[in-house]
Amino acid sequence: MRSLADMAFILVVVLDLFVLASSRLGAAIRAVALQGALLSLLALLLASSGHNMGHVLIVAGGAFAIKAVLIPWLMFRAIREMAIRREMEPLVGYVPSMILGGVGVVLAFAFSRGLPLPMPEMHTFLVPTALATVWTGLLLVVSRRKAVTQVLGFLVLENGVFVFGLLLTDFMPVMVEAGVLLDLLAAVFVMGIVMFQINREFSSLDTDAMSSLKD
Amino acid sequence: MILLIILVSFVLGGSAFAWPDNRTRPRLLLVGAAVHLAGVISLWIHPEGPVLSGYIFLDAAGKVVVSTSSVLFLASAIYAQGYLQRRADRDNRVFVGGLLILLSAMTTVGVAQHLGVLWVAIEVTTLATAPLIYFNHNARSLEAAWKYLLVSSLGIALALLGTFFLALSGAGPGGPKSLLLDDLIRAGPELSKPWVRTAFVFLLVGYGTKMGLAPLHSWKPDAYGEAPGLLGALMAGGITNFAFLSVVRVFQVMRAAGEAPFASDALLALGLLSMALAAVFMAGQRDFKRMLAYSSVEHMGILAVALGLGGSAVGGAFYHVVNNGLSKGVLFLAAGNIHRAYGSKRIDDVRGAMRRLPISGPLFLAGFLAVTGTPPFSPFWSEFIILNGAFSSGRWVVGAFFLLFLAVIFIGMGATVLHVVQGDDRGAPGQPGFKDGWLTAGPPLVLLLMVLALGLWLPRALQGLFQAAAHLVTGT
Amino acid sequence: MILRALFQIGILLLLPPLLLGVVNRVKAIVAGRRGPPLLQGYYDLAKLLRKGSVYSRTTTWVFRAGPVVGLAAVATAGTMLPVAGQPAIFSFSGDFVLFAYLLALARFATALAALDTGSSFEGMGAAREVSFASMAEPALFLCLVVLARATGSLSLSGMLGPGLAPAWSGAAPALLLSAIALFVVALAENSRIPVDDPSTHLELTMIHEVMVLDHSGPDLAFILYGASIKFFLFGALFVRLVLDLRVQGIWGAEAAFVAGLVGFAVLVGLVESFMARLRLNRVPQMLVGASVLSVFALVLLLR
Repeated sequence: MRSLADMAFILVVVLDLFVLASSRLGAAIRAVALQGALLSLLALLLASSGHNMGHVLIVAGGAFAIKAVLIPWLMFRAIREMAIRREMEPLVGYVPSMILGGVGVVLAFAFSRGLPLPMPEMHTFLVPTALATVWTGLLLVVSRRKAVTQVLGFLVLENGVFVFGLLLTDFMPVMVEAGVLLDLLAAVFVMGIVMFQINREFSSLDTDAMSSLKD
Repeated sequence: MILLIILVSFVLGGSAFAWPDNRTRPRLLLVGAAVHLAGVISLWIHPEGPVLSGYIFLDAAGKVVVSTSSVLFLASAIYAQGYLQRRADRDNRVFVGGLLILLSAMTTVGVAQHLGVLWVAIEVTTLATAPLIYFNHNARSLEAAWKYLLVSSLGIALALLGTFFLALSGAGPGGPKSLLLDDLIRAGPELSKPWVRTAFVFLLVGYGTKMGLAPLHSWKPDAYGEAPGLLGALMAGGITNFAFLSVVRVFQVMRAAGEAPFASDALLALGLLSMALAAVFMAGQRDFKRMLAYSSVEHMGILAVALGLGGSAVGGAFYHVVNNGLSKGVLFLAAGNIHRAYGSKRIDDVRGAMRRLPISGPLFLAGFLAVTGTPPFSPFWSEFIILNGAFSSGRWVVGAFFLLFLAVIFIGMGATVLHVVQGDDRGAPGQPGFKDGWLTAGPPLVLLLMVLALGLWLPRALQGLFQAAAHLVTGT
Repeated sequence: MILRALFQIGILLLLPPLLLGVVNRVKAIVAGRRGPPLLQGYYDLAKLLRKGSVYSRTTTWVFRAGPVVGLAAVATAGTMLPVAGQPAIFSFSGDFVLFAYLLALARFATALAALDTGSSFEGMGAAREVSFASMAEPALFLCLVVLARATGSLSLSGMLGPGLAPAWSGAAPALLLSAIALFVVALAENSRIPVDDPSTHLELTMIHEVMVLDHSGPDLAFILYGASIKFFLFGALFVRLVLDLRVQGIWGAEAAFVAGLVGFAVLVGLVESFMARLRLNRVPQMLVGASVLSVFALVLLLR
């Protein structure tokens, strides 16, 4: 059980690095979908026995349905309808992105030493994985140009926050979990609507074209 | 009662989406605003205790912000009647529904005693306002709405992370294992220090983004610049105040955990940075709505500085919340009128507003005077109290910078405002038929008179309220 | 003992061309052809050795020395690699650094020889090869550092020796990541698809082949033979990392080792068949990705 959770955490970080390096939108979306599936698996693996099993199942099932199925489907629809060129052109090149991602992973492990988990039976990979994923998400949002990849970065960030939320499934009420899923759902829906409309206002989904507002 | 106000606004918002008639739909805003204000007044007269096992409670700090927003919303609702009448070409379904849901969410922020509920409510405010920024349906407002949504969502995600960290800090053996404010404050010193510190950083960044503190303010000029004046008033005078309240709640926990110096330093740094940035960017600003956005950044900076100074300045901060809310209302509503009358927001096109709009023009000027802290308007007094707090606690440098930035902002903003307001309006572009009406010029006028009145005489009840709110934060 | 040492040298010298033959056979089978015989490599070497060499007038002694130095360096590196279940012929603390640098020396000699011809094509190939190598080397070193950290030994024989199996049970994810990174480095260093296409005949798309365009006869034989030994070395590294060679039986470990090498060759053949060659500016990304994976593996071990 423990080693399976180990592998899942490590795979989440490897997927982060993959999304940073990927220049094909389709591959990146699939990677984020796989990450979502891994997170729902982790929700099941990390649940301490007995406790709240029904609630854990709801969270895991909901996470899978939204992160691994619904949102990737929406994104694929978006890129298909808009015939977006598959390549993305980032502000920070791919190699520097990967290096920054690697640095982020190292820093995440270093910082998490200073953040001892209050419940020692919880997994030691959890905090570094969450921090590294949040960092990757931020990097993606800041350095990529296409609106679709910025949304992808936001999803990765959400995944990182969700990993943290897993720590709280024991004693926190449903509200916070629902908040995470709500956030993800709502933000992507609205972003999706905006994205579709963005395509109708501009001829591309390039956020570079959206820099007419400045001082 | 509290729950009633929240639910009524929410239900009205939902029914606005279902209401078939475009012309009469804005009346729902009036109904919602009236019910809300009536509810708030009754809570003043008969205060209520905690509801829903302590999750919801209107304490002193919340009362300040909720009351201000209630008044501001009523003024905006009346303004909306006139505004939406003139924009009858647009479908206002989303607009009216969104505004009512915004009211409901903002009230929830004000009464939330559980940090998770607080977070969900703040998130709903973001989701409710983003489509409203796009009301003008053009490329610029789409860009503004996109930036707003992206940056705010990022901030909210980080705030959620911070909330989780805070929950974890109390998750050790014997810890409160709860996100209720009272539980966290009571368990203060036992909270795990590294977690609490990291939580504060994330929460400050997250809620600071909603406030519009520098360097997280990049969405403000675009969003406030492109949003209709009415929405700008509610955002600058409402949402930002509630975001400040969220920061106050976090600060309460920090103080209980003994991390007040660390938190105060961070707040002072961000606050002064915001004021500096506002001063720099307001000079030579060619778009008067973006100028107002920077003014909002400045005032959030003032609030942050006041909170960071602690002591007697905190009472001034809550006083400033009221003043900020009301004066931003004046400015944005008047600016909206000017924009409509000239068809442009740029000072190249707009001049002589005093002649063309005999009420809104002078209101814009008076609002500028108020918001930059000119006596006898009330912001002068709140800023004075804050400055006094700085000097009396020996923080001369902070106080000096505070004064310096205020002065630079006065000059920068004044140049733009005087250009807009003075001069001859012959030859300036314009929309025919837009004149000041009761519905569009009345509300900002009333708000200005309130700002003037509060400056001349502060009721004992309000004074007591500010002291009580400050007591919650500083414990003295 | 002597027998085992002889076996080591024998396998180092005799097996490599067969491995390349396996790779080509696999590629042919996947493409639906019959393919060249498995021993084709040996036939080619014998043919080349019998021929004479043609030297251009612009070349100097560097050109003649290149293939010799290359082969010698690679073969010497091979003596430090433990084959089968045994420690290597030469092993001392820190020998992995010498190993990596001997391989670099071989590459350097080949590149110098290419530059010596004075032709722009060879120069282009040399520049490309060396720039890719500059990114592959850190990745290789990081993999070896991960191994060193996992087993606590600074010698190749120690890293790939008896200490490895217990390390796998304790730090499996980290070792798995570094194995993947090592495989990517192996593809890059041996000029396989997706880094370079060994069967291309278009000069503008060549990287490694263009460096050796001007060699002929025994020189070319040395170069081909050296390349196959290099392939064998990386294969041996990978196989020792991944397989547990404590098989029972008289020559059990050796047989497992050879079988593992053949498996490695098959794997490379499959990868070459199913992947397309990467655009040149994407190769650095792949190599940096391998480095970052190794860094991640290292962080997992240091934690």
